[in-house]
Parts: sequence; C-alpha cells; structure tokens
Amino acid sequence: MHGLVHKAIQSFICDTYGVQAWDAVAASADNLPLRFEAMLSYCDHLTDQVIDAAARHLAKPRATLLEDVGTYLVSHPNVTAPRRLLRFAGSTVEEFLHTLDDLPDRVRLALPELHLPPIQLTETGPGAFRVTSGILFDGYGYVLVGLLRAMSDEYGALTTIEYLGEDAGQISIGIGLHDGRFREGRDFRLGAPVA
Amino acid sequence: MAAPDHSACLDHAALDRLMPLHLDVGPDGVIRHVGPTLAKVAGGAALERAAFFDHFELRRPKGLTNIAALTDTPPRALRLRLTAPREVAFTGVATRLTDGGALINLSFGIGVVDVVRDHDLTSTDFAPTDLTVEMLYLREAQTAAMDEWRKLSERLAGARDAAEERAFTDPLTGLNNRRTIDKVAAELIGAREAFSLMLVDLDYFKQVNDALGHPAGDDVLRTVATVLREETRRNDVVCRVGGDEFAVLMTGVCETTLAKEIAGRILLRLEEEITVAGGMARVSASIGITASCLYPVARIEDMMRDADMALYRSKNAGRSQYTFVTKDQVDRRGQDTVF
Repeated sequence: MHGLVHKAIQSFICDTYGVQAWDAVAASADNLPLRFEAMLSYCDHLTDQVIDAAARHLAKPRATLLEDVGTYLVSHPNVTAPRRLLRFAGSTVEEFLHTLDDLPDRVRLALPELHLPPIQLTETGPGAFRVTSGILFDGYGYVLVGLLRAMSDEYGALTTIEYLGEDAGQISIGIGLHDGRFREGRDFRLGAPVA
Repeated sequence: MAAPDHSACLDHAALDRLMPLHLDVGPDGVIRHVGPTLAKVAGGAALERAAFFDHFELRRPKGLTNIAALTDTPPRALRLRLTAPREVAFTGVATRLTDGGALINLSFGIGVVDVVRDHDLTSTDFAPTDLTVEMLYLREAQTAAMDEWRKLSERLAGARDAAEERAFTDPLTGLNNRRTIDKVAAELIGAREAFSLMLVDLDYFKQVNDALGHPAGDDVLRTVATVLREETRRNDVVCRVGGDEFAVLMTGVCETTLAKEIAGRILLRLEEEITVAGGMARVSASIGITASCLYPVARIEDMMRDADMALYRSKNAGRSQYTFVTKDQVDRRGQDTVF
C-alpha cells in the first residue's frame, strides 16, 4: 500500500489529537512503525492495523474515524496539496462531480504508484447522483464520504452525502445536490501561492 | 467540386468560446475584436480599435509590419509580445480571413505559470480543450511530490548523520574515536595543512582498575577526557583510541613550542589526584608527539607508529613526560623502515 494512505492517518491524528496520541497509537500495535513515510510503500496488512489501532485508541467507530480523515485531507490548514489538486478538477461543484470519473487518472498523474480503484458518477435524477467505487482498503468508502463532504463545502454547495453501503466489491455513495452556490466557497486561485 | 466551406460563418461569440486568446485584425491592421482572456490579460478593452502593431511586438519572424505580410505566407509560429499596457509574451498562429484581415490565436507558451498567477486567471479563462489547467495541476502535483521526496531524503540524511556521529563517538568519554583521527588527518593532509599528533598513554591505569574496580577506572577515563578537552584548543581533535590511550590532533601546529606547552599542561593536570567511585586515584601519562611537516609525504599510519615509538621512549625514561619524534628519526626510517 502506498505510504501516503498511512501517512494521511498519522497526520490526521497528529494534527487533530497531538503527536502523543499518534505515538500511543503506533506503540499500541506490533510492527507499526513510529513514523510512516508518504513516499514509501508498506505491507497492505498494515493499513488495517493502523486503522484498527487508531479507532481503538480514539474510541471511535472505524467509519467515523475514516470519514474524519477524508474531511481532514481537504479542510485542515496543515494539508494544502490535496485540496488544491482536487479543486483543479472543476470550477463549480457540478463540474467537480462530473470529473470524479477522472480522479484515479488525476491521482496517478501526480503519484504514479498510487492506484485508486475506478470511480463512477451516475446521475439518478435532477440534482441526485450516485458515486460507485472499488475498494482500496476496508472502510475506504467512508474516506470518500468525508472527502466529498469537505469538497462540497469548498465550493460552498448545499448537499446531502450519505454512505449507501457495499455490494460485490463496490461501495456506493448517494449525493443530493440542493444548491451548488449556497454560499461563498473557499478562495481558489489557479496560480499556486508563492512559497 | 469542393465541399462547401462553413468556416467563415463563426461570429465573435463563437470565437470567444473556442479561442479566448484570439485577435481579429482588419486588413488595415486595426484590431476588430479581442478574445475575453486576452482582454483580461491586457487589462480591459484597450486593445480593441487600436493598431495591432502598436501593441504587439513581433519578435519572430522579424521585420513584418503589416497584416498582409503576416497572412500571405503565414509562418508556422509567431513569437510576439504585448508591449502595452502590460508586457506579456505569447506564441501565436495567424490565418487569413476572407476580407484580407487576420485571425490570430495566441497562447502563453512556457511563461503560462507566471501569467496565470499575475493576472489571477481561472479555469474558465481557458477553453475546455486547452490543457493549460491540466498542466498547472500536473506542475503543482509534481512540486508537492518532489517536496515529499526532498523531506524524505533530508530525514534519511539526518538519520545517517546521527548514525555516523554515534560511530565516531566513544560512548564512555564522549570523545571521538580512532576513525575520526583517520578522517580528519586525511582531510588535513589533502588540504596540505600542517598538524601535530600527540599520543597520550596513561601510567598505572591497570592498578586503579585492579585496586578500585572498573567503575573507578571509568571515572579516571572520564576525568582524563575532561582534562584533554580543557587543555587543548577548540579546533584540536581529542580522541580515545584504545583502552587507556588517547590521541590529540593539533591542527595548524608544526613547531614544538606550542606542542610542548600543551603536553606540559596535560602532564601536570594528570598528576593531580582524581576522585573516583570508592576513593581517590592517582595516574600519570606518557606522551609521544610527531608533526606532519617532518614527513616528505605525511601518512597517518606512519605518524601513529612514530608517535607510539616516542611514547614508549617516554615510558622507558621514567613516565610522566613527553618525547618528540625528530626529523632524523623520520629520515632514517625512510631508508631502513626500522625506527
């Protein structure tokens, strides 16, 4: 598994609950490294282990924890790259949703080793969509839910997003788009801020 | 009969959608229409109804001054620059319109990153078929990935330095070890810098260990380390090279006066009683000194061996003293390899 996945969980815990919380999580399970490296690869079974250890330590259901990780990746001020890179996909929330199918390709363009499973958006009615996706790891769908909710906020859209479940290796997420411009979205400029 | 040509039927609104960076220039060289993104970059509608060549400097091909010349035998690519009101470089392509005017489509070329930032362009400023936004995405993604790689290599370099530091340090005394001598000496010799090498061997150390135990011996070694550090200069390299043997590499020293002074101070200090676990200990030291300038070609192995021989002369002559290696001894050894 790409280290970015593990590093995301680690950073989420460090930035939300403090480094000590992460140290405790890392120490609570055998063979979890003290620090994950985003650019290295790790054994797949570590993904489950780190999620379980974190859920146990924080006394949160896996689903809630992973949804929070998804939200964190887009909305936490310490993490800028995913938010900006996702915003490149569209100038409105509608455009963003309609380019979701490209997400795995976009990610692979940035990180050739990170293979997201295929993802598909289906329009089920006026302002109603269903996102289906393969599964990267157990609970992956909840990360997507958190990420989509945070992106909806990014665009200032009013949406209802819910996890519909898993069937035959596919997760489904329902999206109700009530108002794409409910309020002012977060500022986004194409030109990257000068470091 | 050729198929009917519908291309002339595009109005300005259609051109704006297809090519937001285009210009429609009349046969007289007056700009008739400017695409919306080009207008934005130019800072308003200042370009419309102005003369094309007043605002654009054609950098390649050079010397063309009218629209007909631009479209008669159109070059594959134009390099041009918007000179007023703002300077922006473009790559362009021109084609002749039926009325003798020119349709010129532009792109920002390689300077696009700066233009997008400076003029705060958004994705709607580019045609959906234009890959500029994808290019900016890719650039930013690559930068973020490179950043992660850079941080990773910095962390790895830090870990390597820490490991090296450990390998170069004696855990008991905190002094450098034998490897440091080799490394620093090699650097100094390579830089043709003079230095002296002093070997310090403790007298009666075994007796302290035997009588008071190893913890007492360790205390002695730590005290000796402190004395050596205090009595040498900041840039000198102090090492523990063996059980009770130390070495000091004195940089920039190739005359005996200073070396004598330092060795003398060390000997005096080491004759003082040392407080150790379980009582007081008394040791002294024997010292051998050599200097790089004694050697036609200095090599640290030779210097170590010669300093060691000098050290044993000190021991044999009654301990608690220093002996210098002489030029004579070095020269003689050069001939018959026996000191």
